[in-house]
Amino acid sequence: MLLMALRIALRALARNKLRSFLTMLGIIIGVGAVIAMVAIGEGAKKRVQEQIASLGTNLLVILPGTVTLGGARTGSGGRQTLVASDAKAIMDEIPVVSGASPVVRQVQQVIAGDQNWSTPVQGVAPEFQQIREWQVQEGRFISQADVESTAKVALIGQTVAYNLFGDNDPIGAVIRIKKIPFHVIGILGAKGQTGNGTDQDDVIMVPYSTMMKLVMGVTYIQQIIVAAVSADTTQEANNQIASLLRQRHKIRPGADDDFMIRNLSDIAEAASNSATVMAVLLGSIASVSLLVGGIGIMNIMLVSVTERTREIGIRMAVGARSRDIMLQFIVEAVVMAASGGVIGILVGIGSSNLIKYLAELPTLIRPDIIAISFLVSGTVGIFFGFYPARKAAQLDPIDALRYE
Amino acid sequence: MASEMLEHNNPSPPSRDVHLDGEAEVIRIRDLHKTYKMGDIEVAALRGINVTIRRGEFVAVMGASGSGKSTIMNIVGCLDRPTRGAYFLEGQDVSALSSDEWAHIRNRKIGFVFQGFNLLHRTSAVENVELPMMYNGFLSKERRQRALEVLKLVGLEERSHHLPNQLSGGQQQRVAIARALVNRPSLILADEPTGNLDTKTSVEIMELFQNLNETEGITIVLVTHEPDIAEYAKRQIVFRDGLIISDNRKN
Repeated sequence: MLLMALRIALRALARNKLRSFLTMLGIIIGVGAVIAMVAIGEGAKKRVQEQIASLGTNLLVILPGTVTLGGARTGSGGRQTLVASDAKAIMDEIPVVSGASPVVRQVQQVIAGDQNWSTPVQGVAPEFQQIREWQVQEGRFISQADVESTAKVALIGQTVAYNLFGDNDPIGAVIRIKKIPFHVIGILGAKGQTGNGTDQDDVIMVPYSTMMKLVMGVTYIQQIIVAAVSADTTQEANNQIASLLRQRHKIRPGADDDFMIRNLSDIAEAASNSATVMAVLLGSIASVSLLVGGIGIMNIMLVSVTERTREIGIRMAVGARSRDIMLQFIVEAVVMAASGGVIGILVGIGSSNLIKYLAELPTLIRPDIIAISFLVSGTVGIFFGFYPARKAAQLDPIDALRYE
Repeated sequence: MASEMLEHNNPSPPSRDVHLDGEAEVIRIRDLHKTYKMGDIEVAALRGINVTIRRGEFVAVMGASGSGKSTIMNIVGCLDRPTRGAYFLEGQDVSALSSDEWAHIRNRKIGFVFQGFNLLHRTSAVENVELPMMYNGFLSKERRQRALEVLKLVGLEERSHHLPNQLSGGQQQRVAIARALVNRPSLILADEPTGNLDTKTSVEIMELFQNLNETEGITIVLVTHEPDIAEYAKRQIVFRDGLIISDNRKN
């Protein structure tokens, strides 16, 4: 019975293909938009998660300044409150911390022979390598001896190596940072781009003591980067660092911290959540289009019922029951809506791929959203087809047969 | 043939209902009334009809418009409910059945033929004939076979795949007749079947009806206002103002 209703429905829709298609358009756009929007949201979420994964979920970053009420950060514009010995204390006194490194960073024009290149120069401790899991491709990383002797040694990233030395081996060469000669002791392994498009290989690393004293002339540090022993102990490390720093900085109980601890996995989760919220919001807006599409279907079905009044009368005269007529028209509405859904899914997948290539936004198609969209479009068909189908089923055969 | 006394407006003694021919009754109507309410006004379309039609009869129902002939056809065809009285179709009181049960009866026991043919457009002849079978669970192979069988009976087996707009009026009516016959009904109800046809084609169609009645024994009740057409039937019942005023058989 259902199969027959299906065939009758397909026949009826094929009778006026243009009209059927235009009616489906609302559903097509609605479903397509939902799928594309959710794909963009999911892509953003995945990118954030990948970013964080590449940085490590056991990382903490300590910054100077405080968080005011409402979350507005005074940050690096505020007082400089972190010193290098804070980093050492964190590493020595907190067992759940596996390593801590100060970070001081400034963009500098770097000269090598007749080449020059503007690049961030970062002063770090030896622990930095392990914390960031940054391989050394050639040569060696900065050592404790380098730090203690404020040695003028540097490791260069892949991009810097290429731009200053081309194919030549840079190890042992001299580069000038702020007119100070540095010996190149190593080449960093490739790290690629961050999610924001920053080239992580465009960097030079030097001992932090050298950076602070000789290059920048400062006594404070900009950041402390800390690795917890494991992802589970990160929160504990966070808490212990906070109390240690409050103690070291002689902060009275009740007063605000003069530092901020950023837990990357919290950031990741927050970003992930906000990406989800964005996806849900966009999806909801796109769903309005589905509603409009459903109304369009109901409209056309009502017209269709009126046009086919005579046909309905004939069917009733030869033995169709009310429910046969009802089924016929509901199936027609569902076929329209579901076909619109399928086309919409294809359009959605196509446009999210298009967006990926043209706008270089990451997108991720979710199969469960596809399945839900299909079911929802089918439901829209049943819901919006119901009223016209009922009108058809309630026609009086005698009147219907007389209809002009 | 035993002659049947006309019964109208006189309650009949029970003995009159014993049928001397032994032929089964298809239609038995007793004291049938139908009243329509049009706003505050009540219109009595049928004012006490008594009639019996047996299997194999070919009956013409005549009368001016407003005489009640269309109303009686709608009631006999299980499309409308009487206000009062009884209607027995093949011995079953159908006047109180539900819409769904009526649909079933229309499907199995009654075949309609309309003045305007009422075929589905953009649907081939054979598919039109198959239509009633779609509502009683026949499989597609069985449907096709039976449909072609009845199309042969009306002489149209070669045009089974033509669309209605590729067929002449007479041919379309033949398709409609085939459709009416497809479920082997007890009764064919034809409402002015030649109304949209020219004289020559009308003759063809009436001869087809006669043929079906005489050769296949199909019971036919036909509404017409044309005396020439009514002549093809073996019995003529005339309505006026909601009552039967004459009921005559040919010899």
